[in-house]
Amino acid sequence: MTMSEALTGDAAAVPSAGTSTMTMIQALRSALDVMLARDPDVVVFGEDVGYFGGVFRVTDGLQAKYGTSRVFDAPINEGGIVGVAVGMGAYGLRPVAEIQFADYFYPASDQIVSEAARLRYRSVGDFTAPVTLRMPCGGGIYGGQTHSQSPEALFTHVCGLRTVMPCNPYDAKGLLIASIECNDPVIFLEPKRLYNGPFDGHHDRPVVPWSQHPLAAVPDGHYVVPLESARVFREGRDVTILTYGTMVFVSEAAASETGIDAEIIDLRSLWPLDLDAIVRSVKKTRRCVVVHEATRTSGFGAELTALIQEHCFYHLEAPIERVTGWDTPYPHAQEWDYFPGPARVGRALRRAMED
Amino acid sequence: MTEQRRSAAPAGREPLHLHVPEPSGRPGHHTDFSYLQTSPAGAVPRPPIDVSPADTGDLARALVRVLADDGRALGPWNPQLEPGRLRQGLAAMLKTRAFDARMLVAQRQKKTSFYMQSLGEEAIGTGQAFALEPGDMCFPTYRQQSLLLARDDISMVEMMCQLFSNQRDPMKGRQLPVMYSYKRAGFFTISGNLATQFIQAVGWAMASAIKRDTRIASGWIGDGATAEADFHTALTFAHVYRAPVILNVVNNQWAISTFQAIAGGEATTFAGRGVGSGIASLRVDGNDFLAVYAASHWAAERARSNLGPTLIEWVTYRAGAHSTSDDPSKYRPKDDWANFPLGDPIARLEAHLIAIGEWSEARHDALRKEIEAQVAAAQKEAETFGTLVDGHIPDPASMFEDVYETMPAHLVAQRAQLLSGR
Ligand SMILES: Cc1ncc(C[n+]2csc(CCOP(=O)(O)OP(=O)(O)O)c2C)c(N)n1
Ligand SMILES: [Mg+2]
Repeated sequence: MTMSEALTGDAAAVPSAGTSTMTMIQALRSALDVMLARDPDVVVFGEDVGYFGGVFRVTDGLQAKYGTSRVFDAPINEGGIVGVAVGMGAYGLRPVAEIQFADYFYPASDQIVSEAARLRYRSVGDFTAPVTLRMPCGGGIYGGQTHSQSPEALFTHVCGLRTVMPCNPYDAKGLLIASIECNDPVIFLEPKRLYNGPFDGHHDRPVVPWSQHPLAAVPDGHYVVPLESARVFREGRDVTILTYGTMVFVSEAAASETGIDAEIIDLRSLWPLDLDAIVRSVKKTRRCVVVHEATRTSGFGAELTALIQEHCFYHLEAPIERVTGWDTPYPHAQEWDYFPGPARVGRALRRAMED
Repeated sequence: MTEQRRSAAPAGREPLHLHVPEPSGRPGHHTDFSYLQTSPAGAVPRPPIDVSPADTGDLARALVRVLADDGRALGPWNPQLEPGRLRQGLAAMLKTRAFDARMLVAQRQKKTSFYMQSLGEEAIGTGQAFALEPGDMCFPTYRQQSLLLARDDISMVEMMCQLFSNQRDPMKGRQLPVMYSYKRAGFFTISGNLATQFIQAVGWAMASAIKRDTRIASGWIGDGATAEADFHTALTFAHVYRAPVILNVVNNQWAISTFQAIAGGEATTFAGRGVGSGIASLRVDGNDFLAVYAASHWAAERARSNLGPTLIEWVTYRAGAHSTSDDPSKYRPKDDWANFPLGDPIARLEAHLIAIGEWSEARHDALRKEIEAQVAAAQKEAETFGTLVDGHIPDPASMFEDVYETMPAHLVAQRAQLLSGR
């Protein structure tokens, strides 16, 4: 799949009573639709999100339905997008802004780190920033170094931000609604390679659509997936895999291909996170592999391994393994040598089982 | 709180409403191009290069044009180029157009993952390339391939190897197609992050002044990206230090799906931003090769004479899709370019050369075919080194190089891990 293919439309949903089969794009759109309808304070904006409906089509049709005062295009200025979102939040709105690619949030760093994240603290709750910042992240579409990054650790390092990353349509909708309803600023990272199907890292195989997957059954109405709650994505006894986003499916493929009975914890909320779920699983399996697509050094995996060391040290039977992107910019042509695919995760699983 | 906000407006006052600019044309109905203030060819005065920036206000609102509809070159901005030079300009534009057309097909054949064409904007890079001197440095966006293709010293084969991410790709497969880097041709490495290069152009120009050099810089940005803070920052630094830089704004009316009014172009001009910052500014017909050359030359002379920066807004039209990932029929009329008042830059220069008796349709066709054959031959040669689809990509282990000047231990270890399959 290339950028050109990833940026085209998605398949139609097959409705059933109160639940529809949705792609991740449709589930996110449904969350925005539900919240725009329920809460007159919700506004949606960003580059190309208005008339066109976003380069990944997540906001398609919403401007026509809710009007240009609720869903609109923004100038290409990420600092401006986040800055006005903070201002709107100060007024009392619940802005949901899209940063077209997570790779483009950097011009907004000051508004995110110094402003949105600290408004509550510095005003002792006088002002808050109930802002949700949606950002497609991750690789797998030949996007090169500026359409592939996974900057989650840059956000988890900032006190006051919540960082969330769903990996399937059901969680995407429930977490987006929870994020919009949350009074804290939420960084909502959307693994773009999962938009149209549960990609497991086998890039040379045919694309698997969401329609086959149980987590593509999404309630049509309002529901939340609570923040700070992990999902046991796959139960297992041998080893715990702590992961999130695209790597959940990569890890699942690695577990089935190695035959290792891995328990996969999809963190969903990266920070603040569901420490109990992590500790429970690692104490049960006594082994742990941490997997993420982002670069390794000072990556979120470092935080996870530190937490396990602090909370599970005496239960561990093997060193914790980390599988991550290499510490280089995301290359374009060598994408699949960079991407930590099922083979690399599988090797780490075997190492974790050795001792 | 909601209740409080919803309270009725005081008697006699309408409640506020949000203005969101809209283009006049959308799929199914035509654009009303009267929003685009134009001036007749030859009508706009050409001030001396030491004009006070404050006195360029009118030039930033009008439209500098040389080529009239009947093909004649009119007025004080006529650069009086030799016919031979004009034919070179025409050939360079044809080359860019043929190159783009072929690479679009190559993308559909998956030989490259991605492409961005410059259809309709060929005159701008070409005209400016002709006005710059060896050693000057451009800080382009992804849509200035004409700066490279206007030169004889950059081979199309090499550019195509970059697009095909093959083993001869000078960017070693690291960069998205079209993200060229050619220091030797005065072409700064292209960033995927919009607008960053605009400030860097100013910094390069400041360096040239610091070193008492004679070279100048040329920064490039699209209408959409002028909304970034980096654009305004660049104007401030350029003005403060009177940097020897040409600040080019390519206003092709669109930024992916958003109309230039969303970038702040409604009822004002992008050139006007320059005047407000104390920078001499021009608004120029970007589809008029003669006007492009003349304005670029004027700005370059100012820069080289220690008179400081010039901002030029090039009015043009993005005739094709934003990129191969885009479908403009979803957000603008299909026939928009045909109705665009400034026409096609190649057809206009061709008409001028014919009008002055220096060209003919037959020669034009012959030249176009010759150039298309050159582009096809270049592609054939480039493909012998592989394309993305056949897997002849640069060595994966090379991705660990150039992160630092010398490879630190952790990258040596990671490279070893990649190679050993551990
Ligand atoms: C910082 C940043 N934000 C967003 C993008 C995504 N993006 C790429 S091109 C583009 C539109 C740019 O339009 P314009 O500046 O008018 O240039 P044009 O494409 O018309 O030449 C956008 C929004 C980006 N590359 N970088
Ligand atoms: Mg543009």
